[in-house]
Amino acid sequence: MDAPRKASVSRRAVGRALPHDSATLHVAGQATYTDDLPEPRGLLHLAVGMSARAHARVRSIDLDPVRRAAGVRDVLLPGDIPGPNRFGPIVEDEPLLADGEACYAGHALFAVAAATADAARRAARLAVIEYEELPAVLTIPDAVAAGAFVLPSEELSRGDAAGAMAAAPHRLARRVECGGQDQFYLEGHIALAVPEENDGLRVYSSTQHPDEVQTAVSHACALSAKDVVVICRRMGGAFGGKESQAALIACLAALMARKTGRPCKLRLDRDDDMVMTGKRHDFVIDYDAGYDDTGRLVGVDFTLASRCGISADLSGPVNDRAMFHCDNAYFLENVHITSHRCRTNTVSNTAFRGFGGPQGMFGIEYLLDDVARDLGIDPLDVRRRNLYGKDTRNVTHYGQEVSDFTAPQIIEQLAADADYAGRRRAIRDWNAASPVLKRGIALTPVKFGISFTSTLLNQAGALVHVYKDGTVRLNHGGTEMGQGLYIKVAQVVADEFGVGIDAVRVTAADTSKVPNASATAASSGSDMNGKAAQKAARRIRKRLEAVACRHFGVREGDVSFADGRVTAGAETLTFAELVRLAWADRVSLSATGYYRTPKIHYDRATFSGRPFFYFACGAAVSEVVVDTLTGEHRLLRVDILHDCGDSLNPAVDLGQIEGGFVQGAGWLTSEELRWNAAGELTTHAPSTYKIPVCSDLAPDFRVAMLTKAANAEKTIFRSKAVGEPPLMLALSVFFALRDAIASDANPKPPLMAPATPEAVLRALGELGDA
Amino acid sequence: MARRGDTGSASTDTVRFVLDGEVISLKNPDPTRTLLQFLREDLARTGTKEGCAEGDCGACTVVIAERNGDDLSLRAINACIRFLPALDGKELFTVESLARDGSLHPVQQAMVENHGSQCGFCTPGFVMSLFALYKNPAFDAARRPVRRDIDDALAGNLCRCTGYRPIIAAAGAMYDAGGNDWLRAPGASVPAPPERLAMLADIERDGTLDLAAAGRRYTAPVSLAVLADILAERPEATLLAGGTDIGLWVTKQHRDLADLVYLGDVRELRRIEDSGSHLEIGAAVSLTEATAAIMERYPALAEMFARFASPPIRNAGTLCGNVANGSPIGDSMPALMVLDATVLLRSAAGVREVGLDAFYIDYGVKALRPGEFVEAVQIPHAPASSLLRCYKISKRFDQDISAVCGAFRIDIDGGRVAAARVAFGGMAATVRRARACEDALVGEDWNKDTLDAACAALAADFEPISDMRASAAYRLRVAQNLLRRMFVETTGAGQTTVYTYGRTA
Repeated sequence: MDAPRKASVSRRAVGRALPHDSATLHVAGQATYTDDLPEPRGLLHLAVGMSARAHARVRSIDLDPVRRAAGVRDVLLPGDIPGPNRFGPIVEDEPLLADGEACYAGHALFAVAAATADAARRAARLAVIEYEELPAVLTIPDAVAAGAFVLPSEELSRGDAAGAMAAAPHRLARRVECGGQDQFYLEGHIALAVPEENDGLRVYSSTQHPDEVQTAVSHACALSAKDVVVICRRMGGAFGGKESQAALIACLAALMARKTGRPCKLRLDRDDDMVMTGKRHDFVIDYDAGYDDTGRLVGVDFTLASRCGISADLSGPVNDRAMFHCDNAYFLENVHITSHRCRTNTVSNTAFRGFGGPQGMFGIEYLLDDVARDLGIDPLDVRRRNLYGKDTRNVTHYGQEVSDFTAPQIIEQLAADADYAGRRRAIRDWNAASPVLKRGIALTPVKFGISFTSTLLNQAGALVHVYKDGTVRLNHGGTEMGQGLYIKVAQVVADEFGVGIDAVRVTAADTSKVPNASATAASSGSDMNGKAAQKAARRIRKRLEAVACRHFGVREGDVSFADGRVTAGAETLTFAELVRLAWADRVSLSATGYYRTPKIHYDRATFSGRPFFYFACGAAVSEVVVDTLTGEHRLLRVDILHDCGDSLNPAVDLGQIEGGFVQGAGWLTSEELRWNAAGELTTHAPSTYKIPVCSDLAPDFRVAMLTKAANAEKTIFRSKAVGEPPLMLALSVFFALRDAIASDANPKPPLMAPATPEAVLRALGELGDA
Repeated sequence: MARRGDTGSASTDTVRFVLDGEVISLKNPDPTRTLLQFLREDLARTGTKEGCAEGDCGACTVVIAERNGDDLSLRAINACIRFLPALDGKELFTVESLARDGSLHPVQQAMVENHGSQCGFCTPGFVMSLFALYKNPAFDAARRPVRRDIDDALAGNLCRCTGYRPIIAAAGAMYDAGGNDWLRAPGASVPAPPERLAMLADIERDGTLDLAAAGRRYTAPVSLAVLADILAERPEATLLAGGTDIGLWVTKQHRDLADLVYLGDVRELRRIEDSGSHLEIGAAVSLTEATAAIMERYPALAEMFARFASPPIRNAGTLCGNVANGSPIGDSMPALMVLDATVLLRSAAGVREVGLDAFYIDYGVKALRPGEFVEAVQIPHAPASSLLRCYKISKRFDQDISAVCGAFRIDIDGGRVAAARVAFGGMAATVRRARACEDALVGEDWNKDTLDAACAALAADFEPISDMRASAAYRLRVAQNLLRRMFVETTGAGQTTVYTYGRTA
């Protein structure tokens, strides 16, 4: 709505800091995840047999020892797949089971079904596999050198970058690297496939995209979409990792269920999950830039090369988004961007909160940091000088006007509130007297485009039922992964009917209720599903208003809904009473709602248009201390100011800001993915892959939301999306670390991400190879 | 199968423990079935989650209670790597145990009120760690845990959604939250209900627990003599204490452990004794208890022990297990080595004492004879004048495996180094002393030149490897720099680490 709200609707739930809809269930251990569902009779458990080689021809697979193992019922090989042995969210270019050629260490070769998960996992290790090793491409530079790409390279330019750089007073170039990141959702991938009569399949999948799972399962099983139902009540975290990746897990369970006629469950062990499912793309970024004496960029050339792994998966849009976001909040007058989507013999990389945006921003922020250090001026001043303008310098390199741009206001307010300048001076003085420990500070902004860049995905559906007792059952195409989508949408619907939040029950995402839903991704869940559900509820409310008008002889504007009661002129009755009147009048109490994001359009061929409905902005100041003897560091204080528009639920949004920031800090500091020379991932468990823990939260952590910040666009109650943008606030941590270790002798330390203690010591030149 | 020293009691083939006020009796359960499998698969108590099956994420955290005088002593452990028979004689609390009579427990209530859950999958584990903190006698409404206490208590729980701020807030608010604290009111002075203690007394066992199932055997004696006899008879048996490593052999490596002997119930091995000349810690003493005793005497080791694994691991694992396991990255051994610790090795033939620095021969090779086991670690008292430091280097402050762990003990006499002991983990196939470095220190003035020479000597002591934790170059440089850090700290230049910087006690 959005236009001034009608007086007939109360706003009692929207905007309130209500707890997560499942909070009480979570703390009591009563929230049901896929593995907690009662197990159907005859259930078989699956395990996956994986390639031990990064690239090899599979000469032979002897599964007899697997079949003979205790408890084993069946195995699944490529020849057992009735449909095409390939899948993929955009291009179906990845086999479900590698057939003859294993393309990464961890590539699924077969599946085994047994009476218990333990028996299946034990059996899967018994396969005797003969490999003929093939050359493997394991790094981004090797892939670029070999011209190994999963998709064609792309270019995007505006103005004359080369000419502007050549004429610029100053110029610098550098190669920077940022590592990948495992999603490390606490609940690993899982699917439970239950055969139903007449070639039906019911699949319980931990997925952000039930529709895609439905499509993949029906293709693989040579069934139709109508035969397959995919259900997900909640995920134990996803972060993008369960967008496209859930399909493989669900397909294997479904294929085995079809083959055996028994319910089949595949729950990946944590190590297997980390080895065989995709992660955030690591990037190698080359930049060359010209700038003036004030630090304003006049020309920039970026080459963004990312590790995509063995298939396209979501790498196309991830890398597109990196190209869109290598401006972050800054106007790039003359810019040329090249994007390489590298094919490597490693697991196919995929979505992760930010979706290429963080990597693109890493490049531009590094560049601006370099420019400032080159000129000897405060990096914040350089950032300010390059921000998009209000009336001029306000069009992105892909042609979208930057409007409702709150970053400048946020930066100034935050810099003042956090006393950036004063603390920066104090740190300088402190460092002068401290030979070993060094402190650093940085302020970085975020501007993040909201919408799927693929315009067609920006649609959503909802289904609302009102029952005779006045309670409401709500369904929409969005999935709940912890982000609070379900409570937010329930708040919208509760207010639409003027009932309490407890009168609304949110139900599992279910492809048989809302069809063809887009992934819950791109931060768009609340924007799209909130609108769709609001429309569904509004349709029912309109019918109820008509009933009230007929019964009480009032006009439409005289009916109002609030606090579980309906007022129609002088009459007041409960919502349930009105519902019963409507039922008795034979009025439908069920409705669908459908929403498509307006105003967006985008031509991928030219990389131009308006891919984003709006931009979400924020900024953070981080202060760190570094031990220059060991490279160890600690985050001391964080100040964040973030724009959530008119928040639908400030508690949920605060949780997204805080959680996103800490997750981003993990990406940039302690989370390090390492492959050995044979192409095996060696960091595939929490023992070796270190996400932040409690003590990593800065002792002084101050988070605020921008006030009086209604979205200029007509989003649901003028809120702004908040799922992904805060992750990139953590760039301030990285650049605070770089600030801490920069010195007169080493003014532009070559710190790479993740900034582990070793990376810090290397940037300090302590390891002799910097 | 009565055995000598079993006080005449017969052995039993039934595991018994208390859950929600009822005694669970399991006759001959599969010895390597984990507690988590039992809860989720056999009892369909699915509130306890599996996040990693290796004791690193905490989603499976449960609390076990043992009788402690007229009170219950509660501690959090990881259900994913706990073998079911090792529950024998204890009371178990899972996340489903806490809410009573339709009302949440205060720790649950505080989590809800502070928005401490998002996806909720880690939440049961956090709730149980918070429950253990809530019941820790060191804290109550009047003596609330500060941030450092909360960080330490939650170091074994990973959350990927919240960023921890609301969980920390819940820990601060739990004493004020409403809800039903049915076990007892907060405060150390209120004992547990007598009926709970009576139930535990009822299932206490004087005889050996001896299980046979699924082709596996599991024997848990209660006396040292019987343990020695069993191991003389079954020298190939796998000796099990906390199971924080052996659990992973089963959950991750899928090894079939056919013969397990559990020493956790052996009463003589639960001792912590100070003889006046040394501290002796028995093989059944948990890391939590052992490190508390060591830290009391050597506060310089406090940070290292606080960062050693996580509370649920320290509550289950033992100091002697860490020593006997002998991993090159075991965190207890560098410090123990510079303190001249020895191990007491017992077999049916008797007891012998071996210096810890002579115990490790090569990777996976120890000076341990068939039928012999580590009965205790002895730590001679070091003079208060010794300069003692231990530093752990890892990618993450808490609950990470060391890239390098260095321990230093230097005795200065008249400005000269009279004695030097330097030991490192993560630098070689075993934890070991840095003899060249020590030689470069002894007899020299404790000054910058000596320091440089000693650092240079470290390059002769070690040729570390590169792996996923660190490169060889980093390990060697940091080993040298840790000695430099010690020098700075002990020569009054006021250096502190980043972790203590700005942190109030």
